[in-house]
Amino acid sequence: MCFIMADCGDDDSQYRIKEGDCIVMKRGDIFKAAQIQPKKKVVFEKQWFFLDNAVGHLYGTVFETVSGGTLQPQKPKDTESSCDAKEAGTDNRNIVDDGKSQKLTRDHIEMFKKQGLKGQQIIQELIENSSTFRDKTEYAQDKYIKKKKKKYENTVTILKPSCRILAMMYHGREPGKICHLRYETLAQMLTLANVHAGSKVLVFETCAGLVLGAVMERMGGYGSVIQMYPGGTLHTTGRDSSADEKQSSMVEEEKSQPDATQQGSPEEQSMETSAGDDTGQDQEKTQEEKRKEAKAQEKKVKLEEKRKKLAAAAALLEGRNADGLVIASRFHPWPVLMGLLKFLSPSRPFVVYSQYKEPLIECYTKLKEQGGTVNLRLTDTWLRHYQVLPNRTHPLLLMSGGGGYLLSGTSVVMDRSKPTCSQQAEEPAPKRLKLTDTEG
Amino acid sequence: MEKLFQYVYNLPQDQFNSARLHPPCAVCVAGTGSGSLSHAILRTIAPTGHLHTVEFHQQRAEKVAEEFKEHRVGHLVTVRNQDVCKDGFGVTGVADAVFLDIPSPWEAVGHAKAAMKKHGGRLCSFSPCIEQVQRTCEALTHQGFEAISTMEVLLRVHDVRTVSLPLPDFGPDASAQTEPDAREETPPTSTPNHPSITLKTTTPPREMPGHTGYLTFATKPRT
Repeated sequence: MCFIMADCGDDDSQYRIKEGDCIVMKRGDIFKAAQIQPKKKVVFEKQWFFLDNAVGHLYGTVFETVSGGTLQPQKPKDTESSCDAKEAGTDNRNIVDDGKSQKLTRDHIEMFKKQGLKGQQIIQELIENSSTFRDKTEYAQDKYIKKKKKKYENTVTILKPSCRILAMMYHGREPGKICHLRYETLAQMLTLANVHAGSKVLVFETCAGLVLGAVMERMGGYGSVIQMYPGGTLHTTGRDSSADEKQSSMVEEEKSQPDATQQGSPEEQSMETSAGDDTGQDQEKTQEEKRKEAKAQEKKVKLEEKRKKLAAAAALLEGRNADGLVIASRFHPWPVLMGLLKFLSPSRPFVVYSQYKEPLIECYTKLKEQGGTVNLRLTDTWLRHYQVLPNRTHPLLLMSGGGGYLLSGTSVVMDRSKPTCSQQAEEPAPKRLKLTDTEG
Repeated sequence: MEKLFQYVYNLPQDQFNSARLHPPCAVCVAGTGSGSLSHAILRTIAPTGHLHTVEFHQQRAEKVAEEFKEHRVGHLVTVRNQDVCKDGFGVTGVADAVFLDIPSPWEAVGHAKAAMKKHGGRLCSFSPCIEQVQRTCEALTHQGFEAISTMEVLLRVHDVRTVSLPLPDFGPDASAQTEPDAREETPPTSTPNHPSITLKTTTPPREMPGHTGYLTFATKPRT
């Protein structure tokens, strides 16, 4: 995933679309990511076009697709509603819904499209050929036009990717890739984990980099983010990629003062961003370094770079003084949490996301048993959108069924001498069963 | 300093809001009130962002300014004691984001627009009543804002509990009576405990917040 951080600079060039940029196309509530490459055909919402003409324009510009697949910035005139003060009915008592009120057929519309008629014009034709349009109430007319616009307008807005836009895109298109994480749940995670510039955050995620990106975006280039991931795709000296060996080494380490560089199964990759003066530039530098790395011809050079980064990450972890821990993955959260909590300083927040409640219940229970954490809270959020129009305000008819669950808490200094008896204190004891003797 | 910011502003809407911010964003907030939203925002935009906050109540404005100094974030924030609906935020063309938490946000929309950068930015308004939302959305449309979206967010807490559900005693099993000698039947009355199934689950609280306010977001396009 190509990720460009939202920039708050005033330089105009930051707001202009450039070749090679990763962008997000938007129409209504549909988003899709793409990269601007010359003469590359892009498909979006059953239309194909080239993004070449977008280069040089500002992000946020609305384009129209014209025949031939080229983009043209939409002229402000075109956005004017075709429905000016027209006649309208008062209610639908005389409107018969027999499916025959539209005189145009599908063939007619296809012909219009071939002729190159713009969306607005097609809609106008539809209105004129509808026998019931005039009888509809003003509101019904508005609704009709909105519906047709959604179907026939061929506009696309080019947006600069940001955490918010990407989160909405993934949630709409491929929620499985981000473990069905909803945007506001992600926003909560950032706050609960107190992600801010200058902190050292540990991230373990399998959400296509969305969570990692959100954390980095929030930190603005200050501080460091260490991303942990399981499995061995890297082959570097001193690191073994076979799971079994790692298991055994972990057991050994537990007994013999583990060396942080060899900690358990998660491989480490540091996304260290230097505490520097340039914020956006540092991010881009890290991005560029990675790109350069990928193109590196010398395998040795590549390996050497990776070894250095891993060593740097290990060094960062060694202190076991991370300021925050964020977990959001398709793996069962308990082993991850258990393995990574030790890297947190005391009195620091952690947050675990899961698509399901039960794994978090397990984490909650086990954390209570073993101690070392306080303020454990299992939450989820309820989110509903509204349509706000004069005399037509109401919640939308469909709403999100769920956005996942969060378990959050704060690490504390573990007092190993006392067994934690807080478990009973926190949870009210299950009521004692009353024995009712019924048997005779 | 971090510890002070640890009092996490728990309302999901504020988490939602501050999620979009990061250094070096400039943000305008009206009204300051207790300053909890401001503190949450400061956490996200430090060390290079700036917060401009407006509060029309003089004492509250003074108190919150004091608090910012105490918490050593005074350099990141400017508190203005004025009426945002009449006099705006006191800055023009600087804000990446504007938050409105006032009784008549529709009166401040124009000022919010002026305070925002010409490149554009995001606006968020928080209102408990739907009528306020309607007026605000109308004002936003009128002022040329785009992507206007209203929603509500509620936080649900789940209490983890161990629950023991007793198994009902429906008498001896009918099929067992055909072989009375085959097994030793322990009469139910002799068992000290009735059998039960224990499970770990969560229960919702008896009552939960059902409404705090509606959140309206909008984007100011490039002007």
